[in-house]
Order: sequence, then C-alpha cells, then structure tokens
Amino acid sequence: MTLMHPLPVAADSPLLAVRDLTKRYGSRIGCADVSFDLWPGEVLGIVGESGSGKSTLLSCLAGHLRPDEGEVIFATAQGPRDVLQMAEAERRRLARSDWAFVHQNPRDGLRMGVTAGGNVGERLMAVGARHYGDIRARATDWLGRVEIAAERIDDRPSAFSGGMQQRLQIARNLVTGPRLVFMDEPTGGLDVSVQARLLDLLRGLVREMGLSAIIVTHDLAVVRLLADRLMVMKSGRVVEQGLTDQVLDDPQHAYTQLLVSSVLQV
Amino acid sequence: MTDRAYNFAYLDEQTKRMIRRAILKGVAVPGYQVPFASREMPMPYGWGTGGVQVTAACLTPEDRLKVIDQGADDTTNAVSIRKFFQRTADIATTEATSEATLIQTRHRIPEQALTEDQILVYQVPIPEPLRFLEPRETETRKMHELEEYGLMHVKLYEDIARHGHIATAYAYPVKVEGRYVMDPSPIPKFDNPKLSDSPALQLFGAGREQRIYALPPYTHVVSLDFEDHPFEASKAPHDCDLCGASDSYLDEVITDDRGSRMYVCSDTDHCRSRRAAGFTGRLGTPLATEAAE
Repeated sequence: MTLMHPLPVAADSPLLAVRDLTKRYGSRIGCADVSFDLWPGEVLGIVGESGSGKSTLLSCLAGHLRPDEGEVIFATAQGPRDVLQMAEAERRRLARSDWAFVHQNPRDGLRMGVTAGGNVGERLMAVGARHYGDIRARATDWLGRVEIAAERIDDRPSAFSGGMQQRLQIARNLVTGPRLVFMDEPTGGLDVSVQARLLDLLRGLVREMGLSAIIVTHDLAVVRLLADRLMVMKSGRVVEQGLTDQVLDDPQHAYTQLLVSSVLQV
Repeated sequence: MTDRAYNFAYLDEQTKRMIRRAILKGVAVPGYQVPFASREMPMPYGWGTGGVQVTAACLTPEDRLKVIDQGADDTTNAVSIRKFFQRTADIATTEATSEATLIQTRHRIPEQALTEDQILVYQVPIPEPLRFLEPRETETRKMHELEEYGLMHVKLYEDIARHGHIATAYAYPVKVEGRYVMDPSPIPKFDNPKLSDSPALQLFGAGREQRIYALPPYTHVVSLDFEDHPFEASKAPHDCDLCGASDSYLDEVITDDRGSRMYVCSDTDHCRSRRAAGFTGRLGTPLATEAAE
C-alpha cells in the first residue's frame, strides 16, 4: 500500500512547492533549508520530536509566521504564485478560501461564544454568502458529515466534548471546499478511541474531497494511517523523507530508527 | 474664577485644531475610525465626552446648539451639556430641531428631516462594531483594512438562530459607501434609514475609545442584512399617546403597577410641535390647556 488513492489526472504540477525555507529565532534555528513538493490530492506527514521545528514550518507555510528565506509557491487558480510575495489581503483571501488550518486545540480555531452553526457559517459568510437559509443548510450538512447531530446546531462549542469540538473545527475549515489543509496535531489531547474515530473521519473526508494536506504530528500511528509521504525533522532540518511505509518500515537515518523503535507496542 | 476664564468652548485652540484635523480626515474617509488624542473632560466617561469634544471643535459664536438625550431635550445629560456650552462658549441654545445649527445627540436622530446647514454630533460609547465578536484591536483594524466583514454577519446569523429574526434593535451595523462597516452609535435601528443620504454632516465622537468618524452629507449608508431576512426599521406598533403620531419612534412609559402603560414620542421637540399644531393622541390634551393648568 503505497498510495491510498490515485492522484488526480490533471496533476502535472505540484500544488505547493517549498524551496529552501528558513526561519530563525535570533541566532537559533526554527527550521532550515526545507524543500519539498506537495502534489494535488497528496497527504504529507511531518514528524519529529518536540522542538524539532515542525510547528514553525507549518506556521511559515500557512502564513502565520514570516520565514527569513525561501519560497512557498502555491498553484492558485491564476497559476503558481509565491505566497510570501503576495500582498497581505491576497494571502488572507487565499487562507479563507483555498486553505484551511486545523489547530491542535479546537479553542484556537473556533469561536467559543458563537453557536456551532455560526462557527461553520463564518467561513461561508467570509467569502460572501448572504442567504441565511443556504448558510444554515450547508452548516447542517457539514455537521452531519462530521457526525454531529443536527439538533446541536444552535449549541455553543463550550457545550461540546473535546472530540466534538475538534470535529466541529474540521467542519468549519472544510465547508468552503479548500484545496489544501494544514493540520497541527489534529488528534493531540484526545483519548485513544476518539482519536481513532477522528482519524477515520479525516481519512474519509480527505479521500472524498481529494484534499491535499500537511499534517504535523509526533504520533507515528496518525501518519501511518493518513499520510502518503513522510518528512522526519530534527533540530529544524529534514533528516529523511519518502513514502510513509518506506520510511517507517525501513528507516535510514539514525534518528528515524530511534523514533520508529521507540513506539510502544501493546 | 469666572466662566470667561475658559477658552471659547472650554478646549484650548491647539486641542480644537487637533480634533478638527481628525474630523476632516473622517469626512474624507467616510466610516473610517480616526484616532485622536481625547482629552479629559469635566464629566465622566459614558456621558458624552467624545461628542462634547467634537461639538467644542465645531462650535462658532454664531451657532445655535441643541442637545438631546434619547430624543429628549430635558434629561440630565442633555441639560448639563447644554448648560456647559452656554457657560463656556456663551452661545445661543434651542430645543427646536429646525432652529439649531449644531445638534449633539445621544442615541437618537431627530424625527424632523435635517438640512444642509446643520451638523449632527453623536456620542459613541464603543465605536468598533466588531468588538464583541473579535476582542483584539489589532485584528479588528486589520479586518477593516482588508475589508473582511464576514464576521459582522455572524452576529446577525446568531440573532436569527436564537430568536428567529434579527433581534439587534440598536447599534445596528451599517456599511458606508460600500467600504467601511460602521457602528452608528446606539441609535435604534428605526433611525438607520435616516443615516443614509442625509443633507446634514454627521460626526461621531468616542471619548474613552479616542476615535472620531464621520458621514459627509449625502453619504450612502446600507444596513447589513441577509437576502432572506432583510433589514427592517422597527418601532413599537402604537401611535403616540400625546400627539397621535404614527410614524415616530416611541418610548414605553409604565404608568402604574397594574400593567398600564403609555407610548410617547421619544423626540420631545417633535411631539411638542405636533401638539402645538393641534394634534392629540389617546391620552393627550391640547398643549394650550396643559399650559393653563
């Protein structure tokens, strides 16, 4: 099992091309010389220990942090563009239409004082939806797709369990049909059975919508299940990358071998 | 110390220049909140310190000032601000909307249509319409800059989801000339249509929040809404009990502890002039009889 789904036929150029991305915090390195291509419909996992620069890398890609060097070229509807050279207005428009960002803590990605329907509807309204009935119908539809009962649409996220909040955050992000999803530890902080359900759901949605995704995690089980390709980071640098199963089954770099061997077997 | 010890209209000339510059910028960019160095005024925040500073910067000795609070000329806030400018600027005052050249208002727009010779100054408690949805000032500024106003509709969405209709009844958000979303100060949404294409200059002053914004004459102002839940200028479904007006904004007055109530025009000048012209409502008596009593 190397590819979990066929790549779209039109994929003759990468969706996201990253070249020599570097972010320094003063004299320290956040991440250095990261280069990779992400193809349409592909899921890329980034693993590494705490402080290895994976979240810094994700923030740089998603435009939350400004990298010091490098290029992030995204295949926009108008052709490939360097995201870092875009005006902020344009980048933020991209971030709320073509991109999505799933935070580790759903409280960072949701508006806790706004109902579930409002949370899902916000992205629709942000791209111009102005018909209440339509917005509500699409919010209801999406709550169903992430297995939240339709009668909870007028409840606030604070009344939801952690797993439901995370699913709501995913619905809110995917409602506008983005092409690229950034996920920062999407299953962190959830108990194991809820994690399994969430992963199942994510895998279904990613396949069904043909999404490309970049998933940052320290959980090798998550990448085994979701990711087509894997990047292993240590001290801000990519030490190994390749197909997920290849990297996990036959790790080459000493650190990757350590990482793979330290997974607990039940 | 005598009242004359103060500069004309209390503020010193440099402060007034600074405020006028902010006003000019506000007029040039309708709906944009211009920061200004708000001064301490001899009144508490929330009593109209922003409006008073804007009024002070606009007043000339020839002006005739009217001050209203919730439409009324005779409430504490209105009376004390009117007295303040009588003492510090020695200007003429009036209660008649048509005679005033400058009207400072809290939470109402006069019923009588304004003219090109008038300035309407609003007292604004919180100038930022996005404040209760997005508490970060840095973020709301960015949203105004980049015209990201989807969040404003989330508030209206929440209203409909909870109440079945847009329940926001005052401080109803508007879009100015298709660009800036603006808080019209806590006027009832009944008054929102009067904001648009008004011949008068409308200035908004927020003292505590240190912001001034403006609507130049004949500015197009649209109240935000949904296609299937259009904006509606609502009022109590009654006529005024004193003057019989059916088209003015009404206050509900509870008259005893057995559920009796009356509805009266919130604009006292409008009500009085109608009664003087002979209109009478359900509980009203002609103005002449009342004066005789």
